[in-house]
Amino acid sequence: MVKTLLSQIGKYRKQAILTPILVSAEVFMEILIPFVTAMIIDKGINGGNLNNVIRYGAIMLALALVSLFFGIKAGQTAATASTGFSTNLRDSMYRRIQSFSFSNIDRFSTAGLVTRMTTDVTNVENAFQMTLRIAVRAPLMMILSMVMCFMINVRLTLVFLVGLVFLGFGLFLIMYKVMPVFKRLFEKYDELNASIQENVTGIRVVKAFVREDFEKEKFGKAAWWIYSLSVKAEKMLAFNAPIMMSVVYFCMILLAWLGAHFIVAGEMTTGNLTSLFSYVISMLMSMMMISMVFVMLSMSLASARRISEVLTEEPDIRNPENPVMQVKDGSIDFDNVQFTYRKGSGESTLRDIDLHIRSGETIGIIGATGSGKSTLVSLISRLYDVTSGTVRVGGTDVRNYDLEVLRNNVAVVLQKNEIFSGTILDNLRWGNEEATLEQCRHACALACADEFIENMKDKYDTWIEQGGTNISGGQKQRLCIARALLKNPKVLILDDSTSAVDTATDAKIRKAFAQNIPDTTKLIISQRISSVQNADRIIVLDDGAVNGFDTHDNLLRNNQIYKEICDVQMQSGGDFDEKMN
Amino acid sequence: MSERKQAPERPPRGMMVKPQKGTFKPIIRVMRYVLKDYKFHFLAVIGCIVISALATLSMTLFTKSLIDVYIIPLMGKINPDFSPLARRLMTLACVLAVGVLCNYSMNRIMIMVSQGSLKRLRTELFNKMESLPLTYFDTHARGDIMSVYTNDIDTLRQVISQSIPQLISSSISLISTLVSMIVLNLPLTALSLLMVFFSLRITAKLSSMSGKYFVQRQKDLGKVNGYIEEMMQGQKVIKVFCHEDKSIEEFEKLNNNLRESARNANSIVNIIMPVNGNMGNISYVLVAIVGAILALHGFSGLTLGALVTFMSLNKSFSMPITQVSQQFSSIVMASAGAGRVFEMMDQKPEEDNGYVELVRARIDENGNITETDELTETWAWKHRHQADGSVTYRKLEGAVTFDGVDFGYNPDKMVLHDIKMYANPGQKLAFVGSTGAGKTTVVNLINRFYDIQDGKIRFDEINVNKIKKADLRRSLGVVLQDTHLFTGSVMENIRFGRLDATDDQCIAAAKLANADGFIRRLPNGYDTILRNDGANLSQGQRQLIAIARAAVANPPALILDEATSSIDTRTERLVQKGMDALMNGRTSFVIAHRLSTVKNADCIMVMEKGRIIERGTHDELLAQKGRYYRLYTGNNE
Repeated sequence: MVKTLLSQIGKYRKQAILTPILVSAEVFMEILIPFVTAMIIDKGINGGNLNNVIRYGAIMLALALVSLFFGIKAGQTAATASTGFSTNLRDSMYRRIQSFSFSNIDRFSTAGLVTRMTTDVTNVENAFQMTLRIAVRAPLMMILSMVMCFMINVRLTLVFLVGLVFLGFGLFLIMYKVMPVFKRLFEKYDELNASIQENVTGIRVVKAFVREDFEKEKFGKAAWWIYSLSVKAEKMLAFNAPIMMSVVYFCMILLAWLGAHFIVAGEMTTGNLTSLFSYVISMLMSMMMISMVFVMLSMSLASARRISEVLTEEPDIRNPENPVMQVKDGSIDFDNVQFTYRKGSGESTLRDIDLHIRSGETIGIIGATGSGKSTLVSLISRLYDVTSGTVRVGGTDVRNYDLEVLRNNVAVVLQKNEIFSGTILDNLRWGNEEATLEQCRHACALACADEFIENMKDKYDTWIEQGGTNISGGQKQRLCIARALLKNPKVLILDDSTSAVDTATDAKIRKAFAQNIPDTTKLIISQRISSVQNADRIIVLDDGAVNGFDTHDNLLRNNQIYKEICDVQMQSGGDFDEKMN
Repeated sequence: MSERKQAPERPPRGMMVKPQKGTFKPIIRVMRYVLKDYKFHFLAVIGCIVISALATLSMTLFTKSLIDVYIIPLMGKINPDFSPLARRLMTLACVLAVGVLCNYSMNRIMIMVSQGSLKRLRTELFNKMESLPLTYFDTHARGDIMSVYTNDIDTLRQVISQSIPQLISSSISLISTLVSMIVLNLPLTALSLLMVFFSLRITAKLSSMSGKYFVQRQKDLGKVNGYIEEMMQGQKVIKVFCHEDKSIEEFEKLNNNLRESARNANSIVNIIMPVNGNMGNISYVLVAIVGAILALHGFSGLTLGALVTFMSLNKSFSMPITQVSQQFSSIVMASAGAGRVFEMMDQKPEEDNGYVELVRARIDENGNITETDELTETWAWKHRHQADGSVTYRKLEGAVTFDGVDFGYNPDKMVLHDIKMYANPGQKLAFVGSTGAGKTTVVNLINRFYDIQDGKIRFDEINVNKIKKADLRRSLGVVLQDTHLFTGSVMENIRFGRLDATDDQCIAAAKLANADGFIRRLPNGYDTILRNDGANLSQGQRQLIAIARAAVANPPALILDEATSSIDTRTERLVQKGMDALMNGRTSFVIAHRLSTVKNADCIMVMEKGRIIERGTHDELLAQKGRYYRLYTGNNE
């Protein structure tokens, strides 16, 4: 997992390697400085020698400047490397996601993908930059301080080695104890947030049922959980500072006592003692930093894992070798097709589908929710691969086509369709980048979208907000149809794409199709009998199998399910929804 | 998803943020809020901080005496007496032990203070939110409200538990160090302060430079995240239109812009720390040289030992300054968050001047109504007349009248005009019309989600303004198109309608709503846990549970928003049956999408642009050959 992520550093490897080196150089300078400080005190001030003060002062100044230089350089390379790293991560994830098939996308949810590309990348970027700068600095600082200490006095150094072991053990114990509490705390946070979210979105229900007090009590309980877990975790963490301070003070006092003896015995200078003091502090400080880095790294580990899941996900639909680049016509054949979303689960979504559709036919598809209508049509443009059997378009197995060729010839207007932020024209040209305004107008006319577009202030240059929030559902659906028409496809699939369009307009669109694109095979999924009854033939799906495939009249006579649906809809006279778009 | 807001970035370490006028108001208010409950805790904390800072200082000062007093006099002696040092070290150890203890106590108390305050803040915020009128939720994006709870409260946690204590302790050590420095030598202190001033100036300069890049970075990040959101949402459409390469191209452009600005911003922030640290070193050298000159020439009575001490003080002087400036920045940033928290806290809650209450009642043979504590199924409005204090009762029946009602979400734009209607107990009124015609708005007025600008709405002949909101709403059941189920078991979701309902009553309601069948087939039946607004159920099933939820409340009047498309015919029939069963014998207001619902309504209101343009029964309206006729026949021309 770490390897997957690190391979993303790419061309920023130079900076990524350079940063620790620069940081090391900076640390070397910082380590030398207390040494020189000791010189200033011992040889300069204590000896009353101004020249030495100035000499060593100059050395220290030089060291400080060099350290400053390395520090600045390291800061810059760290910034370049870490931002470059995160940019590459986002880029690779984005590319990878673009290669995902529908089933890959289903596996991660949309929200999941967004979090992975935003929050998780930020977490990893921060952890990475910190690793480059601190994860090298702290251990190096510790080792070098120790070396310097040994150089000054071996026996004294042993004193705080004991202290160090004690401190390390204490910190580790706390971390070990506190991590599971934090994990539970985060879970409770999720619950708390879910409860807030429910109340924000469902406030009407809460108010309508006068359940404010009930919800308040529920929330109070959740807030109490957060409180008690936080207190528990932080109480443990509260030992950190005292342990650290105790060890430092203990070392200092011992150092003072033993140091005094050494100095009096002439084995050490007073300057040495001062340097030892500062080395001890920097050693213990680095210990503290290491434990902090450890905590932060382990927190970002979850994010790293989620990112690498995306990066290592294998797209399960790929272009074939030597793909077929031409779609002959719009005929569609299903030969004994079985399909299941979860391989090996045994739950088949489609069973024994055997259908043969001639080029240019208009086919209606009807059936209950979950009967497999959308699944059936997504096999045609190879949004999913069949589990067994074959789907052929224009006589060729869809798996042999170049994906782009296939999908340009089989246009799908999805049930859950999206319009993107941009002008209407921008959106239409998704279907065909080179489409002229005239062609776009024509497509819109067929989809009955021209009227409302012409009524808008900026017409085809009207800006559509993200998610198409500034147009109505019916208008959005018609734009989506027009967009698909611009592909000039051999097969056009409308997956419940006129549900928000009134019946009259719906009929008009179907009429326009029949007149203007007679050679295109048209598949229309709908809940409304009126939308499919004029089709050449109608497929009745029931629980993943074809229950009937015939004309309206024949089905009415022979097919029980179809008849039932018809009865319900006829007796109630259709539906009333948003008829006045 | 578009309403999701970018989480406010916290400032990177060492960066200073320039405060603007009034920036600290919210933070001061946070402090007052915290102090209200924890005055003595806070005093104790300050005491602990002072003691622990003094302990640290005593350590620093000891270094001076160690060499001058305890070591140098012993040097060269044949039998050096270490006992004074031993005694001194013992006292020091005790002082330090007290310091450590104080530090620990401070941390412990701060945990209670910060977590306790946060709990109170969260709970009060949530309670406040529950009391807000719907207008608030209409005018504030969901993501923004959420972010108050998550991001803003979290930054406050940082401030309360870390920034403020550290600010206090840093200030104390700063002052004590400064005082010691002044006592030791004034000219050198001036020199140190001058260096500190330079160092702060440089930091400020760097901060303002990076600030510019940070704004740019936030903008670019917003763009990248927005693009990601939009494209992930439409990922399947991208696939269908083979738009992958183009979207990658676009993404890379945005992504590279972000990299540029992020790199620039981070580069500058990253160098603040080394600059500060090395400024400290330079200051140290200068003090050493100037101090040595002073000491050697005997100016201003500086001894060498004092100089050594001063130098170590100088070192420990720059650290708290950096800390203070850091904490200062995070407080400025948190202040914005605190502002948002209090903005929500300060919202005006839904007003309720109603005084007519709903009580359980008993009706004797003569039709006299008396109040009772028994669990009768009869309810009455208890009307306490304000003029003479007399009390009258009126049976709860569910008659609703609208008399010349005008309404607008904001007063300058009316969306409903002169709505008049009358529903007798048990009658069914249907509303039809296009989206935005005002159907939902009308029904929202009945349970007073919004208050009307003009006209009168009466419930059982009582002006709804006089009825306590909670009681009014209790007498009105609702089934909305967006069902909004809550995390919890199916049973709990049904019981949401009436908290004291028994399991049997809930099951009976589910049976009435035609939901019992499918619920029993769920993995754990009625104990199946629903999450994410019932994401594991189909739209139709959610609707059925919502009907059961309304049924268990057993209200005399109902508001129903019918489900639109995407339900298959069989489930639809179940939902329809459930609704019909529920409506039986209750006054019902139905926003109708299906003709079957409309046909048997006692009155159908055809709405357009906030007015009722036609009304009557199905047959009457068909005979009128107006709008309704055109809708019904699907003949729109």
